[in-house]
Amino acid sequence: MDKLVTKQAVAQAVYEAIPALACVLPEDVEAGIIAARDDERHPLGRAVLDQLCENMRIAAKDCVPLCQDTGTVWVSLDAGPGVLVPADVFSLVDDAVARAYDQARLRKSVVRDALVDRTNTGDNTPAFCDIHPVAEPGVARLSVMLKGGGSDNASRVVMLAPGAGRAAIVEEVVRCVREKGANACPPLVVGVGVGGTFDKVASLAKRALLRPVGEPASDPEVAAFERELLEAVNATGVGAGGLGGRHAALAVAVSTAPCHIAALPVAINMGCSALRCCTVDLPTQPVSVVAASDGCEGEV
Amino acid sequence: MENTASLSLPLDREALRRLRAGDRCLLTGPMYTLRDAGHLRLLEELSAEGALPYGLAGQTVFYAGPTPPAAGRPFGAVGPTTASRMDFAAPVLYRAGVVATLGKGKRSEEVRRACAETGSVYLTAVGGAAAYLAKCVTSSRIIAYADLGTEALRRIEVVDLPVFVGIDVAGNTIFEA
Repeated sequence: MDKLVTKQAVAQAVYEAIPALACVLPEDVEAGIIAARDDERHPLGRAVLDQLCENMRIAAKDCVPLCQDTGTVWVSLDAGPGVLVPADVFSLVDDAVARAYDQARLRKSVVRDALVDRTNTGDNTPAFCDIHPVAEPGVARLSVMLKGGGSDNASRVVMLAPGAGRAAIVEEVVRCVREKGANACPPLVVGVGVGGTFDKVASLAKRALLRPVGEPASDPEVAAFERELLEAVNATGVGAGGLGGRHAALAVAVSTAPCHIAALPVAINMGCSALRCCTVDLPTQPVSVVAASDGCEGEV
Repeated sequence: MENTASLSLPLDREALRRLRAGDRCLLTGPMYTLRDAGHLRLLEELSAEGALPYGLAGQTVFYAGPTPPAAGRPFGAVGPTTASRMDFAAPVLYRAGVVATLGKGKRSEEVRRACAETGSVYLTAVGGAAAYLAKCVTSSRIIAYADLGTEALRRIEVVDLPVFVGIDVAGNTIFEA
Protein backbone atom coordinates (compact mmCIF):
# COMPACT_ATOMS: atom_id res chain seq x y z
CA MET A 1 0.00 0.00 0.00
CA ASP A 2 1.29 3.46 -0.87
CA LYS A 3 1.62 6.24 1.65
CA LEU A 4 0.77 9.89 1.24
CA VAL A 5 2.65 12.86 2.65
CA THR A 6 0.22 15.64 3.49
CA LYS A 7 0.89 19.35 3.34
CA GLN A 8 -0.42 19.60 6.91
CA ALA A 9 2.20 17.15 8.18
CA VAL A 10 4.99 19.01 6.40
CA ALA A 11 3.86 22.40 7.72
CA GLN A 12 3.51 21.08 11.27
CA ALA A 13 7.02 19.58 11.19
CA VAL A 14 8.48 22.88 9.97
CA TYR A 15 6.56 24.85 12.60
CA GLU A 16 7.80 22.62 15.42
CA ALA A 17 11.41 22.53 14.21
CA ILE A 18 12.02 26.27 13.94
CA PRO A 19 12.03 27.50 17.58
CA ALA A 20 14.08 24.53 18.80
CA LEU A 21 16.66 24.95 16.02
CA ALA A 22 16.98 28.69 16.63
CA CYS A 23 17.77 28.32 20.32
CA VAL A 24 19.34 24.91 20.89
CA LEU A 25 22.38 23.70 18.98
CA PRO A 26 22.18 20.09 17.69
CA GLU A 27 24.12 17.76 20.03
CA ASP A 28 26.70 16.80 17.41
CA VAL A 29 27.59 20.45 16.69
CA GLU A 30 27.69 21.27 20.39
CA ALA A 31 30.03 18.33 21.06
CA GLY A 32 32.25 19.45 18.17
CA ILE A 33 32.56 22.98 19.53
CA ILE A 34 33.34 21.76 23.05
CA ALA A 35 36.00 19.36 21.73
CA ALA A 36 37.55 22.18 19.67
CA ARG A 37 37.55 24.48 22.72
CA ASP A 38 39.28 21.89 24.87
CA ASP A 39 41.92 21.33 22.20
CA GLU A 40 42.63 24.95 21.15
CA ARG A 41 45.88 26.54 22.35
CA HIS A 42 45.78 29.78 20.35
CA PRO A 43 44.69 32.49 22.84
CA LEU A 44 42.29 34.32 20.50
CA GLY A 45 40.88 31.16 18.93
CA ARG A 46 40.39 29.79 22.41
CA ALA A 47 38.66 32.98 23.56
CA VAL A 48 36.25 32.71 20.61
CA LEU A 49 35.45 29.08 21.41
CA ASP A 50 34.93 29.95 25.09
CA GLN A 51 32.38 32.57 24.03
CA LEU A 52 30.62 30.10 21.74
CA CYS A 53 30.35 27.57 24.59
CA GLU A 54 28.92 30.23 26.89
CA ASN A 55 26.62 31.35 24.06
CA MET A 56 25.02 27.96 23.57
CA ARG A 57 24.47 27.64 27.32
CA ILE A 58 22.69 31.02 27.52
CA ALA A 59 20.62 30.45 24.39
CA ALA A 60 19.29 27.09 25.61
CA LYS A 61 18.68 28.29 29.18
CA ASP A 62 16.92 31.55 28.28
CA CYS A 63 15.24 30.30 25.09
CA VAL A 64 16.85 33.04 23.01
CA PRO A 65 18.34 32.64 19.52
CA LEU A 66 21.91 31.34 19.27
CA CYS A 67 22.57 33.90 16.56
CA GLN A 68 20.83 37.12 15.55
CA ASP A 69 20.76 35.74 12.01
CA THR A 70 17.97 33.25 12.50
CA GLY A 71 18.29 32.41 8.85
CA THR A 72 16.20 31.65 5.87
CA VAL A 73 14.21 28.44 6.19
CA TRP A 74 15.45 25.64 3.93
CA VAL A 75 13.26 22.55 3.70
CA SER A 76 13.95 19.28 1.90
CA LEU A 77 11.48 16.41 1.69
CA ASP A 78 13.06 13.01 1.10
CA ALA A 79 10.55 10.60 -0.44
CA GLY A 80 11.21 6.97 -1.27
CA PRO A 81 9.38 4.43 -3.47
CA GLY A 82 5.79 3.93 -2.34
CA VAL A 83 5.53 7.44 -0.92
CA LEU A 84 3.26 9.82 -2.80
CA VAL A 85 3.85 13.56 -2.65
CA PRO A 86 1.24 16.04 -3.88
CA ALA A 87 2.62 18.91 -5.96
CA ASP A 88 1.32 21.43 -3.43
CA VAL A 89 2.95 19.68 -0.46
CA PHE A 90 4.77 22.88 0.57
CA SER A 91 1.77 25.18 0.22
CA LEU A 92 1.25 25.57 3.99
CA VAL A 93 4.94 25.94 4.87
CA ASP A 94 5.09 29.73 4.56
CA ASP A 95 2.20 30.13 6.96
CA ALA A 96 4.03 27.86 9.44
CA VAL A 97 7.25 29.85 9.04
CA ALA A 98 5.49 33.17 9.60
CA ARG A 99 3.79 31.93 12.78
CA ALA A 100 6.94 30.32 14.16
CA TYR A 101 9.16 33.38 13.51
CA ASP A 102 6.61 35.70 15.10
CA GLN A 103 5.97 33.54 18.16
CA ALA A 104 9.62 32.65 18.80
CA ARG A 105 10.65 36.31 18.31
CA LEU A 106 13.13 35.50 15.58
CA ARG A 107 14.59 37.90 13.05
CA LYS A 108 12.92 38.41 9.69
CA SER A 109 15.67 38.29 7.11
CA VAL A 110 14.02 37.83 3.70
CA VAL A 111 13.46 40.47 1.01
CA ARG A 112 10.74 40.24 -1.64
CA ASP A 113 13.05 40.08 -4.61
CA ALA A 114 16.82 40.03 -4.87
CA LEU A 115 16.88 42.57 -7.69
CA VAL A 116 13.73 44.59 -8.12
CA ASP A 117 12.27 44.87 -4.61
CA ARG A 118 14.51 44.53 -1.58
CA THR A 119 11.69 45.25 0.85
CA ASN A 120 11.70 42.95 3.87
CA THR A 121 8.73 40.58 3.63
CA GLY A 122 8.30 41.05 7.38
CA ASP A 123 7.58 37.42 8.25
CA ASN A 124 10.69 35.58 7.00
CA THR A 125 8.79 34.00 4.11
CA PRO A 126 9.11 32.49 1.63
CA ALA A 127 10.88 29.33 2.74
CA PHE A 128 13.10 27.56 0.21
CA CYS A 129 11.74 24.05 -0.36
CA ASP A 130 12.67 21.03 -2.45
CA ILE A 131 11.56 17.44 -2.96
CA HIS A 132 14.37 14.90 -3.04
CA PRO A 133 13.66 11.36 -4.26
CA VAL A 134 15.60 8.66 -2.39
CA ALA A 135 15.99 4.92 -3.00
CA GLU A 136 14.85 3.61 0.40
CA PRO A 137 11.26 2.31 0.18
CA GLY A 138 8.67 3.99 2.36
CA VAL A 139 10.86 6.89 3.46
CA ALA A 140 9.09 10.18 4.18
CA ARG A 141 11.65 12.37 5.86
CA LEU A 142 11.86 16.12 6.29
CA SER A 143 15.04 18.11 6.81
CA VAL A 144 14.85 21.70 8.02
CA MET A 145 17.78 24.10 8.14
CA LEU A 146 17.87 27.70 9.35
CA LYS A 147 20.65 28.95 7.11
CA GLY A 148 22.59 32.08 7.95
CA GLY A 149 23.41 34.62 5.25
CA GLY A 150 27.06 35.13 6.12
CA SER A 151 27.96 31.48 5.66
CA ASP A 152 25.99 31.07 2.44
CA ASN A 153 27.74 34.21 1.13
CA ALA A 154 31.10 32.55 1.78
CA SER A 155 30.13 29.60 -0.42
CA ARG A 156 31.16 28.89 -4.00
CA VAL A 157 30.53 26.77 -7.10
CA VAL A 158 33.42 26.09 -9.46
CA MET A 159 33.58 23.95 -12.59
CA LEU A 160 37.02 22.34 -12.60
CA ALA A 161 38.71 20.33 -15.35
CA PRO A 162 38.65 16.58 -14.70
CA GLY A 163 42.40 16.46 -15.28
CA ALA A 164 42.94 18.81 -12.36
CA GLY A 165 41.75 16.03 -10.06
CA ARG A 166 41.61 15.83 -6.30
CA ALA A 167 44.46 18.25 -5.69
CA ALA A 168 42.45 21.01 -7.38
CA ILE A 169 39.47 20.28 -5.16
CA VAL A 170 41.64 20.55 -2.05
CA GLU A 171 43.07 23.80 -3.38
CA GLU A 172 39.59 25.27 -3.99
CA VAL A 173 38.31 24.32 -0.56
CA VAL A 174 41.39 25.73 1.16
CA ARG A 175 41.23 28.91 -0.92
CA CYS A 176 37.57 29.35 -0.05
CA VAL A 177 38.30 29.01 3.67
CA ARG A 178 41.31 31.36 3.48
CA GLU A 179 39.45 34.04 1.54
CA LYS A 180 35.99 33.85 3.04
CA GLY A 181 36.09 31.52 6.04
CA ALA A 182 36.46 34.31 8.60
CA ASN A 183 33.17 35.81 7.35
CA ALA A 184 31.28 32.56 7.81
CA CYS A 185 31.61 32.29 11.61
CA PRO A 186 34.15 29.52 12.10
CA PRO A 187 34.50 26.83 13.40
CA LEU A 188 32.77 25.81 10.19
CA VAL A 189 31.10 22.72 8.92
CA VAL A 190 32.13 22.65 5.26
CA GLY A 191 29.76 20.92 2.88
CA VAL A 192 31.45 19.89 -0.37
CA GLY A 193 29.59 18.61 -3.42
CA VAL A 194 31.57 16.92 -6.19
CA GLY A 195 29.81 15.90 -9.40
CA GLY A 196 26.37 16.29 -10.91
CA THR A 197 25.63 19.37 -12.99
CA PHE A 198 26.13 23.10 -12.41
CA ASP A 199 22.86 23.35 -10.46
CA LYS A 200 22.89 19.94 -8.77
CA VAL A 201 26.36 20.28 -7.29
CA ALA A 202 25.29 23.16 -5.04
CA SER A 203 22.46 21.03 -3.73
CA LEU A 204 24.90 18.18 -3.02
CA ALA A 205 27.05 20.53 -0.96
CA LYS A 206 24.11 21.87 1.01
CA ARG A 207 22.73 18.41 1.71
CA ALA A 208 26.18 17.30 2.89
CA LEU A 209 25.68 19.72 5.80
CA LEU A 210 22.83 17.54 7.06
CA ARG A 211 25.25 14.74 7.96
CA PRO A 212 25.99 14.81 11.71
CA VAL A 213 29.36 16.30 12.70
CA GLY A 214 31.75 13.44 13.36
CA GLU A 215 29.99 10.98 11.06
CA PRO A 216 32.22 10.18 8.06
CA ALA A 217 30.98 9.47 4.53
CA SER A 218 29.89 5.86 4.05
CA ASP A 219 32.38 5.33 1.20
CA PRO A 220 35.84 4.82 2.76
CA GLU A 221 37.61 6.66 -0.07
CA VAL A 222 35.33 9.68 0.34
CA ALA A 223 35.77 9.49 4.12
CA ALA A 224 39.57 9.57 3.66
CA PHE A 225 39.21 12.60 1.38
CA GLU A 226 37.10 14.31 4.05
CA ARG A 227 39.89 13.79 6.59
CA GLU A 228 42.45 15.18 4.13
CA LEU A 229 40.29 18.25 3.52
CA LEU A 230 39.66 18.86 7.23
CA GLU A 231 43.37 18.68 7.94
CA ALA A 232 44.15 21.10 5.10
CA VAL A 233 41.43 23.54 6.19
CA ASN A 234 42.56 23.54 9.81
CA ALA A 235 46.21 23.92 8.77
CA THR A 236 45.37 27.34 7.30
CA GLY A 237 45.51 28.83 10.79
CA VAL A 238 42.29 30.77 10.10
CA GLY A 239 40.95 29.35 13.36
CA ALA A 240 37.76 29.98 15.30
CA GLY A 241 36.25 33.38 14.56
CA GLY A 242 38.95 33.83 11.93
CA LEU A 243 41.20 35.01 14.77
CA GLY A 244 43.68 32.15 14.63
CA GLY A 245 44.26 28.62 15.82
CA ARG A 246 43.74 25.12 14.52
CA HIS A 247 39.97 24.89 14.49
CA ALA A 248 38.73 26.68 11.39
CA ALA A 249 36.38 23.74 10.88
CA LEU A 250 34.69 21.06 12.94
CA ALA A 251 34.09 18.82 9.94
CA VAL A 252 34.21 18.59 6.16
CA ALA A 253 31.38 16.54 4.66
CA VAL A 254 31.78 15.46 1.05
CA SER A 255 28.98 14.20 -1.18
CA THR A 256 29.74 12.85 -4.66
CA ALA A 257 27.72 12.06 -7.80
CA PRO A 258 28.14 11.01 -11.45
CA CYS A 259 28.91 13.74 -13.96
CA HIS A 260 29.73 14.55 -17.62
CA ILE A 261 33.05 13.27 -19.01
CA ALA A 262 34.10 16.91 -19.42
CA ALA A 263 33.16 17.96 -15.92
CA LEU A 264 34.42 18.14 -12.37
CA PRO A 265 31.79 20.34 -10.70
CA VAL A 266 32.66 21.35 -7.14
CA ALA A 267 30.49 23.27 -4.70
CA ILE A 268 31.50 24.46 -1.26
CA ASN A 269 28.66 25.39 1.08
CA MET A 270 29.85 26.84 4.36
CA GLY A 271 27.95 25.97 7.51
CA CYS A 272 28.58 28.35 10.42
CA SER A 273 29.30 27.36 14.03
CA ALA A 274 25.56 27.60 14.65
CA LEU A 275 24.67 24.93 12.09
CA ARG A 276 20.98 24.62 12.79
CA CYS A 277 19.44 21.64 11.02
CA CYS A 278 17.36 18.62 11.89
CA THR A 279 15.79 15.66 10.12
CA VAL A 280 12.49 14.08 11.19
CA ASP A 281 10.32 11.22 9.94
CA LEU A 282 6.94 12.48 8.79
CA PRO A 283 3.62 10.88 9.64
CA THR A 284 1.91 9.61 6.48
CA GLN A 285 -1.59 8.53 5.46
CA PRO A 286 -2.33 5.17 3.80
CA VAL A 287 -3.52 5.34 0.20
CA SER A 288 -5.16 2.24 -1.28
CA VAL A 289 -5.86 3.11 -4.92
CA VAL A 290 -4.08 5.65 -7.05
CA ALA A 291 -5.46 5.27 -10.53
CA ALA A 292 -3.41 7.97 -12.21
CA SER A 293 -0.06 6.47 -11.32
CA ASP A 294 -1.21 2.95 -12.27
CA GLY A 295 -2.31 4.17 -15.67
CA CYS A 296 1.05 5.74 -16.48
CA GLU A 297 3.28 2.87 -15.48
CA GLY A 298 5.48 1.52 -18.22
CA GLU A 299 4.50 4.19 -20.71
CA VAL A 300 6.87 6.98 -19.77
CA MET B 1 43.45 37.56 29.68
CA GLU B 2 46.37 39.57 28.34
CA ASN B 3 45.82 43.14 27.08
CA THR B 4 42.16 43.42 28.03
CA ALA B 5 41.35 47.13 28.09
CA SER B 6 38.09 48.56 29.38
CA LEU B 7 37.04 51.43 27.13
CA SER B 8 34.23 53.97 27.39
CA LEU B 9 32.06 54.85 24.43
CA PRO B 10 32.10 57.12 22.55
CA LEU B 11 35.73 56.12 22.01
CA ASP B 12 38.44 58.65 22.66
CA ARG B 13 40.91 58.89 19.77
CA GLU B 14 43.79 59.19 22.26
CA ALA B 15 42.80 55.88 23.84
CA LEU B 16 42.55 54.27 20.40
CA ARG B 17 46.23 55.03 19.72
CA ARG B 18 47.23 52.68 22.52
CA LEU B 19 45.35 49.74 20.97
CA ARG B 20 47.08 47.17 18.80
CA ALA B 21 45.55 44.65 16.43
CA GLY B 22 44.70 41.52 18.41
CA ASP B 23 44.09 43.34 21.72
CA ARG B 24 40.93 42.49 23.61
CA CYS B 25 38.65 45.23 24.89
CA LEU B 26 35.44 45.57 26.85
CA LEU B 27 33.25 48.41 25.60
CA THR B 28 30.79 50.36 27.75
CA GLY B 29 28.51 53.15 26.56
CA PRO B 30 26.45 54.06 23.49
CA MET B 31 26.95 52.76 19.95
CA TYR B 32 24.80 52.54 16.81
CA THR B 33 23.67 49.46 14.91
CA LEU B 34 23.48 49.72 11.13
CA ARG B 35 23.92 47.27 8.27
CA ASP B 36 23.46 46.82 4.53
CA ALA B 37 20.30 48.70 3.55
CA GLY B 38 20.85 51.38 6.21
CA HIS B 39 24.27 52.20 4.80
CA LEU B 40 22.80 53.00 1.40
CA ARG B 41 20.46 55.54 3.03
CA LEU B 42 23.11 56.99 5.32
CA LEU B 43 25.49 57.61 2.40
CA GLU B 44 22.71 59.41 0.54
CA GLU B 45 22.02 61.64 3.53
CA LEU B 46 25.71 62.26 4.12
CA SER B 47 26.10 63.24 0.50
CA ALA B 48 23.08 65.56 0.57
CA GLU B 49 23.88 67.23 3.91
CA GLY B 50 27.67 67.23 3.76
CA ALA B 51 27.93 65.94 7.34
CA LEU B 52 27.01 62.84 9.30
CA PRO B 53 23.38 62.99 10.51
CA TYR B 54 21.95 61.56 13.76
CA GLY B 55 25.00 62.56 15.82
CA LEU B 56 27.08 59.74 14.31
CA ALA B 57 30.29 61.79 14.24
CA GLY B 58 32.67 60.43 16.86
CA GLN B 59 30.57 57.29 17.33
CA THR B 60 30.99 53.55 16.83
CA VAL B 61 28.93 51.77 14.18
CA PHE B 62 28.07 48.17 15.02
CA TYR B 63 27.24 46.13 11.91
CA ALA B 64 24.30 44.22 13.30
CA GLY B 65 20.65 43.39 12.78
CA PRO B 66 19.21 42.25 16.12
CA THR B 67 16.34 39.88 16.86
CA PRO B 68 13.27 41.24 18.70
CA PRO B 69 13.32 41.67 22.52
CA ALA B 70 13.33 38.46 24.58
CA ALA B 71 14.17 37.17 28.07
CA GLY B 72 13.70 40.68 29.46
CA ARG B 73 16.49 42.06 27.28
CA PRO B 74 16.32 44.64 24.45
CA PHE B 75 17.28 41.91 21.98
CA GLY B 76 17.10 38.14 22.27
CA ALA B 77 20.28 37.99 20.20
CA VAL B 78 22.60 40.52 18.61
CA GLY B 79 26.01 39.98 17.09
CA PRO B 80 28.27 41.16 14.32
CA THR B 81 27.43 40.64 10.67
CA THR B 82 30.04 40.33 7.91
CA ALA B 83 31.90 43.64 7.84
CA SER B 84 33.22 43.34 4.28
CA ARG B 85 29.73 43.98 2.90
CA MET B 86 30.05 47.49 4.37
CA ASP B 87 33.52 48.06 2.90
CA PHE B 88 31.95 50.24 0.21
CA ALA B 89 30.83 52.73 2.86
CA ALA B 90 33.37 52.46 5.69
CA PRO B 91 36.14 54.72 4.28
CA VAL B 92 33.57 57.47 3.66
CA LEU B 93 32.15 57.12 7.16
CA TYR B 94 35.60 57.13 8.80
CA ARG B 95 36.52 60.31 6.91
CA ALA B 96 33.19 61.86 7.97
CA GLY B 97 33.99 61.20 11.63
CA VAL B 98 32.97 57.67 12.63
CA VAL B 99 35.77 56.48 14.96
CA ALA B 100 35.16 52.78 14.96
CA THR B 101 33.23 50.06 13.20
CA LEU B 102 32.40 46.72 14.75
CA GLY B 103 31.72 43.57 12.74
CA LYS B 104 33.13 40.19 11.82
CA GLY B 105 35.64 39.02 9.24
CA LYS B 106 38.22 40.66 7.02
CA ARG B 107 38.12 44.19 5.57
CA SER B 108 39.38 45.54 2.26
CA GLU B 109 42.71 47.26 1.72
CA GLU B 110 40.78 50.54 1.33
CA VAL B 111 39.28 50.15 4.81
CA ARG B 112 42.68 49.33 6.29
CA ARG B 113 44.16 52.46 4.72
CA ALA B 114 41.22 54.61 5.86
CA CYS B 115 41.78 53.47 9.46
CA ALA B 116 45.44 54.47 9.27
CA GLU B 117 44.68 57.76 7.54
CA THR B 118 41.96 58.86 9.98
CA GLY B 119 43.21 57.26 13.20
CA SER B 120 40.17 55.03 13.39
CA VAL B 121 39.76 51.33 14.15
CA TYR B 122 37.86 48.27 13.04
CA LEU B 123 36.77 46.12 15.95
CA THR B 124 35.57 42.56 15.67
CA ALA B 125 33.29 40.52 17.89
CA VAL B 126 32.56 36.81 17.82
CA GLY B 127 30.08 35.90 15.09
CA GLY B 128 27.56 33.39 16.36
CA ALA B 129 27.89 34.44 20.02
CA ALA B 130 24.79 36.59 19.80
CA ALA B 131 22.90 35.30 22.84
CA TYR B 132 26.01 35.96 24.91
CA LEU B 133 26.58 39.42 23.42
CA ALA B 134 22.91 40.38 23.84
CA LYS B 135 23.39 40.13 27.61
CA CYS B 136 25.74 43.14 27.32
CA VAL B 137 23.03 45.36 25.79
CA THR B 138 21.02 47.38 28.31
CA SER B 139 18.87 49.57 26.04
CA SER B 140 17.93 50.21 22.44
CA ARG B 141 16.12 52.98 20.61
CA ILE B 142 15.36 53.33 16.91
CA ILE B 143 16.89 56.54 15.55
CA ALA B 144 16.01 56.26 11.84
CA TYR B 145 14.98 53.96 8.99
CA ALA B 146 12.37 52.17 11.12
CA ASP B 147 10.78 50.73 7.97
CA LEU B 148 13.90 48.60 7.45
CA GLY B 149 12.99 46.43 10.44
CA THR B 150 16.09 44.74 11.80
CA GLU B 151 18.19 46.97 9.51
CA ALA B 152 17.01 50.23 11.16
CA LEU B 153 19.54 52.64 12.72
CA ARG B 154 19.46 51.99 16.48
CA ARG B 155 21.24 53.66 19.37
CA ILE B 156 22.09 51.01 21.92
CA GLU B 157 23.84 51.07 25.30
CA VAL B 158 26.28 48.28 26.08
CA VAL B 159 28.16 47.22 29.21
CA ASP B 160 31.45 45.33 28.93
CA LEU B 161 30.82 44.18 25.35
CA PRO B 162 33.82 41.95 24.47
CA VAL B 163 35.61 42.81 21.22
CA PHE B 164 38.99 42.35 19.59
CA VAL B 165 40.93 44.99 17.68
CA GLY B 166 40.76 43.87 14.03
CA ILE B 167 42.54 46.88 12.48
CA ASP B 168 44.40 49.40 14.65
CA VAL B 169 45.12 53.11 14.02
CA ALA B 170 48.37 52.19 12.30
CA GLY B 171 46.52 49.97 9.83
CA ASN B 172 47.79 46.69 11.28
CA THR B 173 45.32 43.84 10.98
CA ILE B 174 44.84 40.49 12.70
CA PHE B 175 43.38 38.96 9.57
CA GLU B 176 45.70 37.59 6.91
CA ALA B 177 45.52 39.31 3.52
